[in-house]
Amino acid sequence: MTPLQLLTPDGELADDPAAATVDGDLCRGLYRDMVLARRLDAEAYHLQRQGELGLWLQSWGQEAAQVGSIRALRDTDWVFPSYRDHAAAMCRGIGPEELLAQWRGVRQGGWDPARYRFHIYTLVLAAQLPHAVGYAMGARLDGTDEVVMTYFGDGSSSEGEANEAFNWAVTRCAPVLFFCQNNQWAISTPTTAQFGAPLHQRAAGFGLATQLVDGNDVLAVHAATARALDGVRSGEGPALIEAVTYRMAGHSTSDDPRRYRSDAELDHWRALDPVDRLRRLLDDRGWADEEFTGGLEAEAEELAAEVRRVCRALPDPEPDAMFEHVLARETASLAGERAAYAAYSASFVD
Amino acid sequence: MLTLSQAINRALRHGLESDPGVMVMGQDVGLSGGVFRVTDGLQKDFGADRVIDTPLAEAGIVGTAIGLAMRGYRPVCEIQFDGFVYPAFNQITSQLAKLHARSGGRITVPVVIRVPVSGGIGAVEHHSESNEAYFAHTAGLRVMAPATPQDAHWMLRQAIAGDDPVIFFEPKCRYWSKGEVAENPDDPLVLPADAARTVRDGTDLTLLTWGSMVETCLSAAGAAAEEDRSLEVIDLRSLSPVDTDTLVASVRRTGRAVVVHEAPTFGGLGGEIAAVLGERCFTKLEAPVTRVGGFNVPYPAARLEEHYRPDLDRVLDAVDRTLDF
Repeated sequence: MTPLQLLTPDGELADDPAAATVDGDLCRGLYRDMVLARRLDAEAYHLQRQGELGLWLQSWGQEAAQVGSIRALRDTDWVFPSYRDHAAAMCRGIGPEELLAQWRGVRQGGWDPARYRFHIYTLVLAAQLPHAVGYAMGARLDGTDEVVMTYFGDGSSSEGEANEAFNWAVTRCAPVLFFCQNNQWAISTPTTAQFGAPLHQRAAGFGLATQLVDGNDVLAVHAATARALDGVRSGEGPALIEAVTYRMAGHSTSDDPRRYRSDAELDHWRALDPVDRLRRLLDDRGWADEEFTGGLEAEAEELAAEVRRVCRALPDPEPDAMFEHVLARETASLAGERAAYAAYSASFVD
Repeated sequence: MLTLSQAINRALRHGLESDPGVMVMGQDVGLSGGVFRVTDGLQKDFGADRVIDTPLAEAGIVGTAIGLAMRGYRPVCEIQFDGFVYPAFNQITSQLAKLHARSGGRITVPVVIRVPVSGGIGAVEHHSESNEAYFAHTAGLRVMAPATPQDAHWMLRQAIAGDDPVIFFEPKCRYWSKGEVAENPDDPLVLPADAARTVRDGTDLTLLTWGSMVETCLSAAGAAAEEDRSLEVIDLRSLSPVDTDTLVASVRRTGRAVVVHEAPTFGGLGGEIAAVLGERCFTKLEAPVTRVGGFNVPYPAARLEEHYRPDLDRVLDAVDRTLDF
């Protein structure tokens, strides 16, 4: 299978019927999303280096895979992300404060999932896939036409839960779209050590409608996702997209990717950059005038300033917060522990 | 009179009838009614969309149940045997138990996971384990262990109606034991699910137990009575939270306690209970709190299980040592 590509790395539109609907509005919108996501990501990286965040997992390089896919969803659709899906989260309206809170260590989940129809991040890989399947079963039982999309990576595709979810979704005909961002590396483990047969081949074996797409081509991702959603929504069964992309940064701010991959490899992928690629098309077609590019630049600066401001302003939680929401109905024994710790804390003289 | 298995079936039926969000899911729970026939007839009456025969995938069962619960459903999962719950351990401990806290209380996951546990039926390996301590140790779960048809029925109804995730341990050797089951929730026999129950009053020593060992402890108390020794028996019922006040009140009165459970004593809940009694009953205790339980070995082959499981004699031996201390 050759990955679907509508936009070449040189910024040329492919001679493909799916490219026929591409216009300036679509491209400007996707470009803006990607530029802003990359800016937030870079800013958060610097905040981590300054000690303002405990950890950050960069989405740099994967903007097209995330933006192209989530922008193909309807507002009524649901998303079960992994943990590097900041560009997708931003497209759903999740703000910098909500995105950064978890990584600053002030709380666990960052936002209200129901408000954005975007679940909180899942850090134990692939655990969110069966959740998405169950949620989709419920959406179908409720008689809606909502689709649930779930993000995961090449590494998580090795987890048992991923494969259980693929199989389960097909047996229940659940309206799920599994979206794999194959970014080539699971920390230091390359895909060659992750699986023998490519994921899209394996997915077809489960009975999933499968597409392979150039994950650094936002137009191809958008078109493939729209096509998959049509099938899933109309009851044809679940689908899987494998988007071939690249994690430009380390796994996290605690990782040093120079230990396991070469500069040449990085250069290869830099030439395939999703943002630069779309910019070439915008420039070539005259779809981005100075008002647009200048406005976007200013917007990105404002966003960066906001990211810095809200991050530093996030207050440390009160110690009592850890006792909250352990169970929907607090137990007497936990109430006892909570009261005892409050009394102990109060016993210190200022 | 209902068997414990029938009492659970009735509770599931009540849930399915009274709340359209309640679902039953697991391996072989539909067409065949489950390997212990606990779910017998439910799929026929409520349909295959509400009583679901799932793929053979425990993590998938719990994981999809979590997704359904997020959507507003109330799934009751069956894990076929105690030893088969471990593939779902990640979903239970990292997801089910923590989602309410991780989401700042925004997500509730009212999932009940029924697990037939403990030995006594001569089963092959992985079919006789008492693994409650793993789950009781995980914050964010309620762990229930009924011993009688009455408690199995009403505790399961309470578990299904509640908003918290519940691990519901059913003593499989008691599935066929019969008992009275109260008809309505106002009956004094119906206790809150997290309350312990004093099942026999006594003055000399308190036996603290649950699940498969309640009947054994009652037999021991009966035998001890013939030697004029008055044993109180408390069925904990809830293993997380533990109704420590009831335990402490009894032991302060009797001054002696023996904890009996089928799980290995090492790292078992008996240690936790002994520690609580030590902290809260220290000046009233006439003897150390003693534990009787399984040994620190993998559950043995069926022909050896009578040596592994605490029985009347081992309980009485511990009672004797505690009374003679």
